[in-house]
This record gives sequence, C-alpha cells and structure tokens, in this order.
Amino acid sequence: MNTSLPPATDTPPDPSADLLLPVPDDDGAPFWEYAARGELRVQTCSDCDEPRFPPRPCCPHCQSFAAHWQRMSGRGRIWSYVLPHPPLLPAYAAQAPYNAIIVELTEAPRIRLVGNLVAAPDAALNSVDPARLRIGAPVKAVFHALPGGPTVPRWVLERP
Amino acid sequence: MGATLKDATAIVGIGQTSFAKRLPESEKRLACRAIVAALDDAGIAPSEVDAFASYTMEETDEVEIAKSIGAGDVTHFSKVGYGGGGSCATVAHLAAAIATGQASVGVAWRSRKRGSGPRPWTNTRVQLPTPAQWTRPFGLLRPADEIGMLARRYMHEYGATRDHFFNVALACRNRANQNPAAMMYDRPLTREMYMTARWISEPLCLFDNCLETDGALACVVVAAGRARDCRRRPVYVHAAAQGLPAQHHGMVNYWNDDPLTGPAWTAARHLWKGADLGPQDIDVAQIYDAFTPLIPLSLEGYGFCGRGEGAAFTEGGALEIGGRLPLNTGGGGLSEAYVHGFNLITEGVRQLRGTSTAQVPDAATCLVTAGEGVPTSALLLRS
Repeated sequence: MNTSLPPATDTPPDPSADLLLPVPDDDGAPFWEYAARGELRVQTCSDCDEPRFPPRPCCPHCQSFAAHWQRMSGRGRIWSYVLPHPPLLPAYAAQAPYNAIIVELTEAPRIRLVGNLVAAPDAALNSVDPARLRIGAPVKAVFHALPGGPTVPRWVLERP
Repeated sequence: MGATLKDATAIVGIGQTSFAKRLPESEKRLACRAIVAALDDAGIAPSEVDAFASYTMEETDEVEIAKSIGAGDVTHFSKVGYGGGGSCATVAHLAAAIATGQASVGVAWRSRKRGSGPRPWTNTRVQLPTPAQWTRPFGLLRPADEIGMLARRYMHEYGATRDHFFNVALACRNRANQNPAAMMYDRPLTREMYMTARWISEPLCLFDNCLETDGALACVVVAAGRARDCRRRPVYVHAAAQGLPAQHHGMVNYWNDDPLTGPAWTAARHLWKGADLGPQDIDVAQIYDAFTPLIPLSLEGYGFCGRGEGAAFTEGGALEIGGRLPLNTGGGGLSEAYVHGFNLITEGVRQLRGTSTAQVPDAATCLVTAGEGVPTSALLLRS
C-alpha cells in the first residue's frame, strides 16, 4: 500500500495555507498579541501621547521610552492598493491576482497599515472583486488566524 | 578655507563587461574584468589603487578584489547601505577620501548575476526578516508591489496616467535601441506593446519594471590635478549628496507624514547647496529607473518641476534626445542593464566625454541619481 498519499477528504484547500507568517520582533510582539484577541492597537508614547508605527523603542517626538498600546476603533480608509500577479511565492500565486491595500486609520491617519481587503475574515485574498477597490473607500478591521501562526488584521468594506 | 568637494576630483576611467541574462563567469571574475578595464581606460596601474567603495548587496569584497587585481596598500574602503540607493554614494565617498588626502586612486564597482538563478521572491527564506512582519504576510512581496502602492497613490493625487509611465519606458527603450551594449538594443517598444503587456503588480506592467541582468561595471576616481594627466578627458565630480529623510522607512515608506516626498528631496537639497549649478543648468540626466514611476517622483525631488508636475513633465518628448531633459541615454535600468544603477554613472561619464551612443550635443553637465524610495545618493558631474 502506498502510504505517501494523503487521506481522501472533502475539505476544500485552506486559502491561507503556506502564506508567510509574520515574524515579530520585541517591539512588534504586542501588536500580534492584541490581534490574537481581536483588538487593533497602536503603540503610543505614554509621555506625549503620539502614536507611532512600526513599533520601536523610543518616541521620535519626545525621546521617551515609556509607551502603551492604544486601542483603535478598527475603522479607516483605503490609501492605496495594488493587484500583484505572478511570479510570486506559490501560496500567493495560487490566489493571484489578489489585492494588497494600505489603510489609513481614522483616529491616526498618518498610521497606514498594509493589509488585504476580503469578503469575510477567513476568505481568500482575492475574494473581493477588484472593481470594488477604490482609494478613500471606508473599511473596518476583522481578524483572521493564519494556520499554525499568528492572527492578522484584515479589512472588509464598511458598505459591502 | 576648509576642504571642498566641488570639482576637487574627477572620474578618469570607466569599464564594464557585457550585459546578458546569463553570463558564464562568476561575480568576482566579472568585477575584476570591469575594474581592470576601468584602470586601463584611465591609464593607471592597479598597484596605484589605494581606495575602494562599494554598496550593499555587493557580494565581492574589497579584500578579494584588491588581491586579485594587484592593488597596493589600501587606505580607504567603504560599503554604503541600501542597495540601489548607494550607487552614487560610492563615488561620493571616494571623492571625499581623495579630496581630504586619505587616498589617491579610488575604485568603485558593481557586479551582479541577477539575470541568473532564482528570483529572490521565489525564496521563502529571504521573505522573512522581521521588518517584513508589517507587509509580507499580506502579499506585498516584491519591490514592484511596494512601489506600485506609491504609483497608485501618485496617480490618484496628481492625475498621472499609464501614458506618463509609458513616456519614461519609451525614452529609455529608444536610447537602448541606439546602444549596442544594451540588453534591449534590437527590441523596439510601442505604446500598444506597453498597454497590452502582462501585469506585474497593477498599476505596474512588465515594461514598468527594470531588467534582470548579469554584468559588472567600475569607475576610477582621482584628484583633479592628477586627472589632467590621465589618458581621457576628466569628468569632474562637481557635487555629491546622500539623503535619508527624517522618519523615512525604506521602500515601504507608508508611515511617513508624506510618503510621496522621498529621499530624492533630501539628497537634492544638499546637492544643489554644494553646487554652482541648478536644475535649469543640467544638460542630460541619468535617473535611477528600477520602476517607471520613480522618474516623475525624482524629477520633482531634484527640482526639475514642482510637486505633482513630474508626470506632465514627461509629455511632448521631454525625456528624448532634443527634449527638455534627455533621460538615461544608455537605456537605463529599464532597457540597458539593471546593475543597481551603476550604468547610469558610466553613461554620465560618456555623455561628458562626448562618446555616448545617444550623445546630447555639447553636454557639459549631468545629474546622476541612485535609487529613489530608499536612502539614496546623487552626483553632479561636469566636463
């Protein structure tokens, strides 16, 4: 009997299988820990209250090393987007063309997060018709647990 | 009076290998060939070389190069960061070292075998450095995706169109069609080819992206006094600058106050401050073109037009020979060779020697820039 064959299954392939997992550093780790709880939080100076991104040790405005993680509403607008086509890593090529978007946060517009616009939190990266992508479109954060890895924020249209 | 960089040094030799998709020789061998050719062009013996400058992603080290070519005692060496942003800075570092007496004969080089072997974005291992935690998991994998984001926003804010990016691609291709050394020498480009080309990362298509090239180039820098005794007409380093703007974050500079004003703006301020020339005095420009949208952004950054006017600047043949600002006259990274911008330096030298295959009549001044979108550098060359 050939034991190398996978067992027969009716489960459709997971569109998130083999996507790259974020590799957090010390400064960034809390972002991913909050995301796993379904919270979008941004590192904020505890002395001058300026939010900053990406997370780093020291406030560029007042040089304070004291910081906390401010919870965001998860609302924002699309600042820009691209539709990548192959050649790409295989897991991404399988869904190409998909979208990658930049969202500017409502509470902190200069903080722009890279993400994906999806039809539902666990949907594929290409689950939204590219014709729906528009700079300025309002979006809100949802959370998706990558197989075997961290939870990433994704975005859905406010007016689907 | 303190030491000044202005015209204190000159490029007196240039050398290169052929450019192709796959060359049989190693990067080290290609580097040595280009350097020996550049020294021969200058009429300077390798044993006189006492300074080296390279930039990161260069796999051949000065230790190996110096030993191979038979350099003498080396008293200055530097390696500039940020890949394609460092090309012009190599000449700047050599010029500074020579102008301040730390060395007398400097060599800068680039050797690449990017045309051979797998693309970096097909390799999961190189996708995983921690700064990429904010971008790569979301499928923003390649420089084309990262610059595509800025291109889309630029089009939205200023009404730039794909026709403007085509103007850039066409000007470079037209020059490559005049340059037998260019990879695209016998491959003309039409608007129809551009508009129907496959996408790489919408809004960028195949022809918005630079080539993938094997090849090496080098140049030789000496003091102005020495330059006058060399074999070739000296090309003076009139001014040089590096630029890393406040709160800049590399190619994914989306967290800045203003991501559309990149390192070119910072480098330009310093460059023009150290020069007797302004943008209006530039006869020909070699502007880093890994992607077509970098050209309008750089035209704005270096002051050839106002903010948001870079796309319109490309209209009416402005970048062609006889236009307002002839661009990348060897074909650039888009159509001659993509060797992290070093071919832009050697082409600048050819223009000011009067030996380009697409010569701008009486060219006496040339701007050369390094990669925009990363910490960058620039040179003002004059004959």
